[in-house]
Amino acid sequence: MATLLVRGGRVVDPSQGIDRVDDVLVRDGLIVAVGQSGTQPVGRVDETIDAAGLVVTPGLIDMHVHLREPGREEDETIETGTRAALAGGFTSVACIPNTEPPIDTQAAVEFIHQKAARADTCNVFVVACASKNREGKELAEIGQLVEAGAVAFSDDGSPVYDAELMRRIFEYCRMFDKPFLAHEEVLELTAGGVMHEGLVSLVLGLTGMPAAGEEVMIGRDIALAEATGGRLHVMHVSTGGGVALIRAAKARGARVTAEACPHHFTLTDESLRGFDSNFKMSPPLRTAADVEAIIEGLVDGTIDCIATDHAPHALEKKMLELDRAPFGILGLETAVGLTVTRLVVPGRMDWPRVVEAMSTLPARILGINRGTLRPGAVADITLIDPAVSWRVDATTFASKSANSPFHGWTLQGRAVATIVAGRVKYRLREPALV
Amino acid sequence: MATATFDQEVVPAVWPYRHLLDLERLTPAEIRLLLDTAALFKEATAGCRQKLSVLAGTTIVTLFFENSTRTRTSFSLAARRLGADVIDFSASGSSLSKGESFIDTARNLEAMGVSAVVVRHRTPGTPHLLAQHLSVGVINAGDGPHEHPTQGLLDIFSIRERLGDLNGATVGLVGDIAHSRTARSNLWGLIKLGAKVIVCGPPTLVSERWRELGVEVSHDLDAIIPRCDVLNLLRIQFERQNTRPFPSVREYAHLYAMTRERLKRAKKDLLILAPGPINRGVEVTAEVADCPQSLILDQVTNGLAVRMGVLWLTCGPRDGADTAGGLS
Repeated sequence: MATLLVRGGRVVDPSQGIDRVDDVLVRDGLIVAVGQSGTQPVGRVDETIDAAGLVVTPGLIDMHVHLREPGREEDETIETGTRAALAGGFTSVACIPNTEPPIDTQAAVEFIHQKAARADTCNVFVVACASKNREGKELAEIGQLVEAGAVAFSDDGSPVYDAELMRRIFEYCRMFDKPFLAHEEVLELTAGGVMHEGLVSLVLGLTGMPAAGEEVMIGRDIALAEATGGRLHVMHVSTGGGVALIRAAKARGARVTAEACPHHFTLTDESLRGFDSNFKMSPPLRTAADVEAIIEGLVDGTIDCIATDHAPHALEKKMLELDRAPFGILGLETAVGLTVTRLVVPGRMDWPRVVEAMSTLPARILGINRGTLRPGAVADITLIDPAVSWRVDATTFASKSANSPFHGWTLQGRAVATIVAGRVKYRLREPALV
Repeated sequence: MATATFDQEVVPAVWPYRHLLDLERLTPAEIRLLLDTAALFKEATAGCRQKLSVLAGTTIVTLFFENSTRTRTSFSLAARRLGADVIDFSASGSSLSKGESFIDTARNLEAMGVSAVVVRHRTPGTPHLLAQHLSVGVINAGDGPHEHPTQGLLDIFSIRERLGDLNGATVGLVGDIAHSRTARSNLWGLIKLGAKVIVCGPPTLVSERWRELGVEVSHDLDAIIPRCDVLNLLRIQFERQNTRPFPSVREYAHLYAMTRERLKRAKKDLLILAPGPINRGVEVTAEVADCPQSLILDQVTNGLAVRMGVLWLTCGPRDGADTAGGLS
């Protein structure tokens, strides 16, 4: 059967404490070994990839992706979204259920799995709705959704407003040891808002979304998670106050995890001065102090992982007045570049922590058997060129949409090969791999 | 009757812009040029009803996505007095109500060969987006609570006419600062010309953050009145407020309406401005609105001169190659 040798790369696998130049041997879609260069007896090899100068990691996992299908195929489909994931170095995505209709039944979960199988690209793990029809009124059939393969629950796009229902979700999910992925927002405080509330929104006359609008809800959900023993995962943390709340909760031993998005550790509300809707997302871009707090949270592990909140919107939807344009930006194809450029190059994060944040911990939080190069594990592997500089061109993205505020930026670091279950699913053409 | 004359043949080279989007990004010299040009037009057309022909052959569109009477009328009249043709385009009754995007609407107008678009829109930044997507001039006639540059200019023009120089003058902007584009345009223009600006109103309408721009913040009108040379009384924009920022109109008027009683504690030559439409009895009582220190009707007259100046500077003939675009 098929054998693949990834030779001579810097293998970084925090799940085993590995960070050394080495070979990775794959047979029949599974990891055989991470062996000492040149000493591993490998027998016949069907394909060899020279990974000299590259970082070799367990396949990256983006646990916050909007694939839009079913219902909004003009923005993205499961096929185009997963191709974008591969091009960004992700071997797995968790898709968020705010589709039309929302993913709140076994049949809907099955639909995603079948479409993903047909696309034959990267792994798609399904996050299902926590409430029926994502209405925030009644529990979804969480037990049956777990049987269908749902890995986590979320009403993302909206907060679960009813605190009693939120408590029930934590209690009920505990039975299956599944996390609730929380979009934290007090809607009365953010009504009509298009950007962070601060000096910039004041000067531009744009309606603001105050940091407290996020922090109040994080505080409520931490209290409910602690009261119930449920698992809270705070999505797209964007404020320094939010980071502080999560840090304190973790110190108390609460079952709380969190993610941050590359745009929240890269951009500030100053970006809105051009009134470009590609800088409009929820939660919004905050201040430079918030950006610093997010980076500190990622560095010290308060924020467990990096997730993109990949949110495609067709061009005609974003080319509207700022208040009518939808929230959300693309993330999959720029995440590695932004992480390397913003966190690795300035020395804020080392590679083991990057891989932990983009593979090991997302796998652990979602409870999926990925995020490791242990012998016997599914051979999902990402090869990253940490030194290459490249220019972001949103018009050439694999994604169906192009709503990236990073179009035209020069970034350092890029996935050059993405291997799913031992098969090379993506390979960057330029610069050609030897 | 006097004859209207205007002897500048081309737009001065120090004004390279085809757009007027906001006052925030203009330099003090550019703001002075706008005011001085307005003064020339005021003088040129004083006491006569003849048209000039400096913009003959150009077509100006007023593209209003929000209702307006006086600003639109003022722009139309200003354009006609310069000899331009004017098309008034309203959002209601157009393709916009059929779902056409504002950019497509504007592009259609552009394809008809207009020279400039005077745009009003409920959303901040919409004129800026149009300026990016169109090759014609764009003049902001009010973008939500962001800016209303010609209103700011005409307020400052009216003050300057009386005071001569704004440097060192203390100007109070009172009322709904949060939702007022007039406040923002005034604020930038005044700061750049050296005036001291105080914003005054309840904390729900006047953010402490204005201090970061060097502006004084007050919630006590009675305390600031004796120090002010000018008070600009801004309308409460009930239509832009998500939630009521004060308990009742009666309580607001009690705390912030400019009354005869309050006028007694002011400097004798205090100037009072109120960009219309005013809510009599809310921001200002009727007797104060009509008192001798009130510049309310000067503002309307001067608005015409300011808009003639702006239209000429943005659409007028230029020496040498046509400079397309421009930041502001």
